[in-house]
Amino acid sequence: MVDITPADAVPPAEVAEMELYHPHSWWTKYVFSQDAKVIAIQYSATATAIGMVALVLSWLMRLQLGFPGTFDFITPEAYYQFITMHGMIMVIYLLTALFLGGFGNYLIPLMVGARDMVFPYVNMLSYWIYLLAVLVLVSSFFAPGGPTGAGWTLYPPQAIMTGTPGGQDWGIILMLVSLILFIIGFTMGGLNYVVTVLQGRTRGMTLMRLPLTVWGIFTATVMALLAFPALFVACVMMLLDRALGTSFFMPAIVEMGEQLQHGGGSPILFQHLFWFFGHPEVYIVALPAFGIVSDLISTHARKNIFGYRMMVWAIVGIGALSFVVWAHHMYVSGMHPYFGFFFATTTLIIAVPTAIKVYNWVLTLWRGDIHLTIPMLFALAFIVTFVNGGLTGLFLGNVVVDVPLSDTMFVVAHFHMVMGVAPIIVIFGAIYHWYPKVTGRMLNETLGRFHFWVTFLGAYLIFFPMHYLGLMGVPRRYNELTDMTVMTESAHHLNSFISIMAFIVGFAQIVFLFNLIWSIRHGREAGGNPWRATTLEWQTAETPPGHGNFGKDLPIVYRWAYDYSVPGAKEDFIPQNVPGSFGPSREPA
Amino acid sequence: MAVALVLVLIVVGSVLFHFLSPWWWTPIASNWDYIDNTIIITFWITGVVFAAVVLFMAYCVFRFRHREGNQAAYEPENRRLESWLTVVTAVGVTALLVPGLFVWSRFVNVPSDATEVEVVGQQWQWSFRLPGKDGKLGTSDTRDVNAENPLGVIAADANGQDDVVVEAADLHLPVGKPVKMLLRSIDVLHDFYVPEFRAKMDMIPGSVTYFWFTPTKTGTFQVLCAELCGQGHPMMHGVVMVDTQEDYLAWLGQQQTFAQLSAPQQMGSAE
Repeated sequence: MVDITPADAVPPAEVAEMELYHPHSWWTKYVFSQDAKVIAIQYSATATAIGMVALVLSWLMRLQLGFPGTFDFITPEAYYQFITMHGMIMVIYLLTALFLGGFGNYLIPLMVGARDMVFPYVNMLSYWIYLLAVLVLVSSFFAPGGPTGAGWTLYPPQAIMTGTPGGQDWGIILMLVSLILFIIGFTMGGLNYVVTVLQGRTRGMTLMRLPLTVWGIFTATVMALLAFPALFVACVMMLLDRALGTSFFMPAIVEMGEQLQHGGGSPILFQHLFWFFGHPEVYIVALPAFGIVSDLISTHARKNIFGYRMMVWAIVGIGALSFVVWAHHMYVSGMHPYFGFFFATTTLIIAVPTAIKVYNWVLTLWRGDIHLTIPMLFALAFIVTFVNGGLTGLFLGNVVVDVPLSDTMFVVAHFHMVMGVAPIIVIFGAIYHWYPKVTGRMLNETLGRFHFWVTFLGAYLIFFPMHYLGLMGVPRRYNELTDMTVMTESAHHLNSFISIMAFIVGFAQIVFLFNLIWSIRHGREAGGNPWRATTLEWQTAETPPGHGNFGKDLPIVYRWAYDYSVPGAKEDFIPQNVPGSFGPSREPA
Repeated sequence: MAVALVLVLIVVGSVLFHFLSPWWWTPIASNWDYIDNTIIITFWITGVVFAAVVLFMAYCVFRFRHREGNQAAYEPENRRLESWLTVVTAVGVTALLVPGLFVWSRFVNVPSDATEVEVVGQQWQWSFRLPGKDGKLGTSDTRDVNAENPLGVIAADANGQDDVVVEAADLHLPVGKPVKMLLRSIDVLHDFYVPEFRAKMDMIPGSVTYFWFTPTKTGTFQVLCAELCGQGHPMMHGVVMVDTQEDYLAWLGQQQTFAQLSAPQQMGSAE
């Protein structure tokens, strides 16, 4: 049942407009800028740059796995440093930073109809602390002993012992310091995003009129503000264990025949803290992707998102549930086995709201007017890879099925598909979608299609077969797969194939970067609203939007974000700031 | 057109790969075929869902692709359809969860006739300890580990004196008898994993963890470490030999007890 309300109901302004900070010089306009749009670009550029490091690291690992014994410089130490830095960079410094710091900063103020974030100065600090965290992380490549090779989960005791690269050198210390800085920086940005969504919305922009992109980023930010403190605490304690010899996570240990001066600590406590952060982190990356892809599908299928209210509640529900599933990463950790019953149940329950989201995406396509633009292609590819990766989560979440598969390549394939490939594909789709707003020009179509097909099919060919290596029992985090009875000759060939595909997919990303740079000057002129979209960022007076986003007057919102193909309307979209009724509105109230 | 075709090909290709590729699990050698069956159920349910969603998408892309003059339908919600889909999903999830939890309860409840076998991990080798004639393992403490007592057996505990200690060598087990593997580490996390047994569990310094299984086939099986334990992790292999009862007893007769190993040096020097 849908409530019928007048589309032009607009409450009066509650808060008077505030004067913005206006930059006085080139430095304060482009470098130490307090404009969320500039900060967004700074975040995105930094995240992309460090992401390229992670891409090269993945190539180095695949060289070793695909062609073992060929590359002498990839020692076991180096291999573990590569996997650790690749994982940490991708999850934290690329995905989290890009979705929240990049897309969050650019889109939240524009989409809610605000002139800027509520606390622009703190927002600027957030970026500079993030940059510092990245620099500390990068410095570990040049530190004595190199970066840490403890695996991205940094499990103690090995993370701070001599048998692990960087464990008794600088590597682990720099990693922990970098994470602590990242969390401080993120908290500053995160508070901003939350307060701006709650307090900075323009007149008429009720919560239930927000585009799902904003709902996704908003919920993810709230989760991150609650989850990152657990990681913060874990990092501080491990830093104390390593630097001062405390024993938060260190029990009595004999290392290579020598008794260490530790005792009484709990290695498994670290795992609980890590995953109390680490599982919500999966959704911190996924929810913005869910939100963005909903808007891409709706806009490019020219149809309202199906079941908007259900979509909002699914986002909120997934966010809440994701705080009570963390120990499904620990089924074989040695924790009390009865935890398995509880965490398997909560984990499989979360599949229900997640499935609802998938149904609503494909039902939005149903009876749509599907324009196969590049953003739409990426959205379709997202559904395929996300459904694939989500379904293998039902293997790993179901405690007893996880027992043989845990710590194998099946896990590597699963999480890459679901929180690597799927969200990154959304990022690509989103960049093709919003690049015209950011630069005023379209990305090159031919290069874009090449990038799409190679990335989508290549990534599927990398990670789909990889599940079966795990099913055979091939463990993850092995730099040497020789002398193993489970590794057949054909499995070695499969590994070589996966490595070759990884190089091809990586190459396509270089084409994409070229397109990003080339199109700034040479792309086709986009105009203000090339996709004929309804949301406020497409209705700005200037493109790219100037300082203060909306010219003299803020827009007033009269309708929800999904008035596409409204019967009786002249065009197949009605922007949110257009008043007037076109027959009885069927906007959900 | 091309996009819809590719989507169909992805489904067809994935299904063919699943059934035709040579990459599948190793033949099972324990009682945990329950786990294999649960995996098969999961493959069927998830496979059907994957095919249904992607094929439906392919149909939509083909049928509702943009052509001049098309207009999308305007339908914000459909409560009935949404409720139906929620219920069907909940049923599917329950069909996965219930057998899973049932098998898990078998996995965590050790049969009373299981023999205890201790596995001790250290960077980067496996050692084992079996109860002696008294059928009991003596207590242990990492602080008691030294060159003469590599597993840290507490010498004052009488139960430990006749324990059979297998240091950095192969473990033998009799076929058809349930064993409870008691898992211990003296340095970092390890994980005792034999792919053919399907079971695995982390080993944590300072704790004793466990899993149980019944070997159902004689033969030689490779032990892999499945929890990152430093740079020697991929080389941390071991061997479990599942013997007939006679072969097992013959092997057991050749092993030394904790008392023999810790006796004064001159007695053991003949070896």
